[in-house]
Amino acid sequence: MTGEIQTIQDSRDQSSRYDLRGFPWWLIAIIGFLIFMFFLILTNPDYRRAFEFIRGEFGGIAGFRDSGMAGFIGTGISITIFTTIVAFAIALVIGLLAGLGRVSTNIIIRNIAITYIEFIRGVPTLVLIFTVALVIVPAVAGALGLSNQAISSNVRGITALAIIYGAFLAEVFRAGIESVPSGQMEAARSLGLNGGQAMRHVILPQAIRNVLPALGNDFIAMLKDSSLMSVLAVREITQMARLYSGSTFRFRETYLVLTFLYLAMTIALSLLLRWYEKRIR
Amino acid sequence: METNMTPHVLGDDIIVIEDLYKDFGSVVAVNGFSLTVRRGEVIVIVGPSGSGKSTVLRCINHLEMPTSGSVYIDGVRLEDKQTDINLVRAEVGMVFQQFNLFGHLTVLDNITLAQRLIRKRDKKEAERIAMEQLERVGIPEKAHAYPRQLSGGQQQRVAIARSLAMNPKIMLFDEPTSALDPEMIKEVLDVMLDLARGGMTMVVVTHEMGFARSAADRVVFMDQGNIIEMESPKVLFNDPKHERTKMFLSKIISH
Ligand SMILES: Nc1ncnc2c1ncn2[C@@H]1O[C@H](COP(=O)(O)OP(=O)(O)OP(=O)(O)O)[C@@H](O)[C@H]1O
Ligand SMILES: [Mg+2]
Repeated sequence: MTGEIQTIQDSRDQSSRYDLRGFPWWLIAIIGFLIFMFFLILTNPDYRRAFEFIRGEFGGIAGFRDSGMAGFIGTGISITIFTTIVAFAIALVIGLLAGLGRVSTNIIIRNIAITYIEFIRGVPTLVLIFTVALVIVPAVAGALGLSNQAISSNVRGITALAIIYGAFLAEVFRAGIESVPSGQMEAARSLGLNGGQAMRHVILPQAIRNVLPALGNDFIAMLKDSSLMSVLAVREITQMARLYSGSTFRFRETYLVLTFLYLAMTIALSLLLRWYEKRIR
Repeated sequence: METNMTPHVLGDDIIVIEDLYKDFGSVVAVNGFSLTVRRGEVIVIVGPSGSGKSTVLRCINHLEMPTSGSVYIDGVRLEDKQTDINLVRAEVGMVFQQFNLFGHLTVLDNITLAQRLIRKRDKKEAERIAMEQLERVGIPEKAHAYPRQLSGGQQQRVAIARSLAMNPKIMLFDEPTSALDPEMIKEVLDVMLDLARGGMTMVVVTHEMGFARSAADRVVFMDQGNIIEMESPKVLFNDPKHERTKMFLSKIISH
């Protein structure tokens, strides 16, 4: 950004008009909204109460060991962040395996992978959250001889998000693998590497580098979709907001604060991602 | 099977291609190709675009699976179920038109990767051999560069070094200089000439007639998936027998 301001000062009329058109006004507008909301929360007791409720108490997260994070930023926000990170990490593993299965020459493996991916892509995310949390998890728990109650809604929510995003990430990994020119595989094979070695040492490192920005975008998407876990009564910020507005009827304060929280997190992440993309280029 | 293999095991025939066919659906790329290459021989294959030169070359290390026919490398029939193709490939170096260096690895790591995985050499040993090969192709100072930082000619020389570090018995080249700017062609051809003089068995698809004249023991002219004519370079270039060879050569030389 400083670079862009620099060019505005340095350049003459013609090009400076051009630079002003390219200036990220949208970012100024969004940051303006965020600062405005921040100010409201600081100064207006109604907004402040909404914020403090949604953010959650300082202390341990129900169902998890007392985490240091919650002591700082409140249980609501930390459940949102924590479930997103854990679910995304699991989704990365599922996605990598399914993506590899998707490009496998073994027709059984490939078809299992395609079935999973198409199944998930064909059903709305909200419906999948219900199906995984209320049908699949209890069925698996039953098969393992666990009682249904033993599995917290947090774990159900994380499982659902991981399974859903595993399918999205599988397509990302597949695209990444296919973006590596076929000559790379041929050169590796011609040196005597077997298919697995070539995939691991030659194709995947390049594929993953190619899809890092896409993975970042999916992480942001998952952060937003973690709000869907509110339907399972997971006490992340959307659920906290629903509880607060349900008892106080202060919808305006509640949902503006909630919007502020998501936007602050996603804008920070997407700026980080843009910076990273610029750097690798 | 024993009796079948005996003639190929004996003698100095390091590559034997017997009645090779390869089709891609309705396209017949190679149509009954047979060729025997002796140890230390340099074969140059020429022919018009689409005549099947690359496909023959790629069948020699089974990058392309023949539809029918046999390929023997040092007496081992590649089409046999019990043949470990990866072991054979480690003995057969291949150099591509587009270099195909591994973009995420330095030059040194490009050359040590297969040595360590396949030849089971430790890091130090693999790096020592890699440096030896880089000296041989004339760019030891580029060991820690990434492929994208090199010129085309340098990349191709690294690709050759990468193959040589595996101590192959055979080197295959598929138009190694076709993607290079004219001023870089010579540096790559010089490395190849050097190899040929050193006694390496080579099968080279190229349109560099100068290289063919000075290095080839035999030149194969291919058309429509088969050998039309095979002679010493002197005979084939100066006194071609077949109409198609004459036509092809006149086009090449007029260019
Ligand atoms: N993977 C493939 N799929 C389909 N057709 C192919 C494939 N590879 C080669 N062919 C076809 O087989 C024929 C022979 O191709 P090949 O690449 O061996 O020719 P070539 O002599 O190397 O030509 P060039 O001088 O253009 O490199 C061509 O008609 C080509 O289109
Ligand atoms: Mg070719």
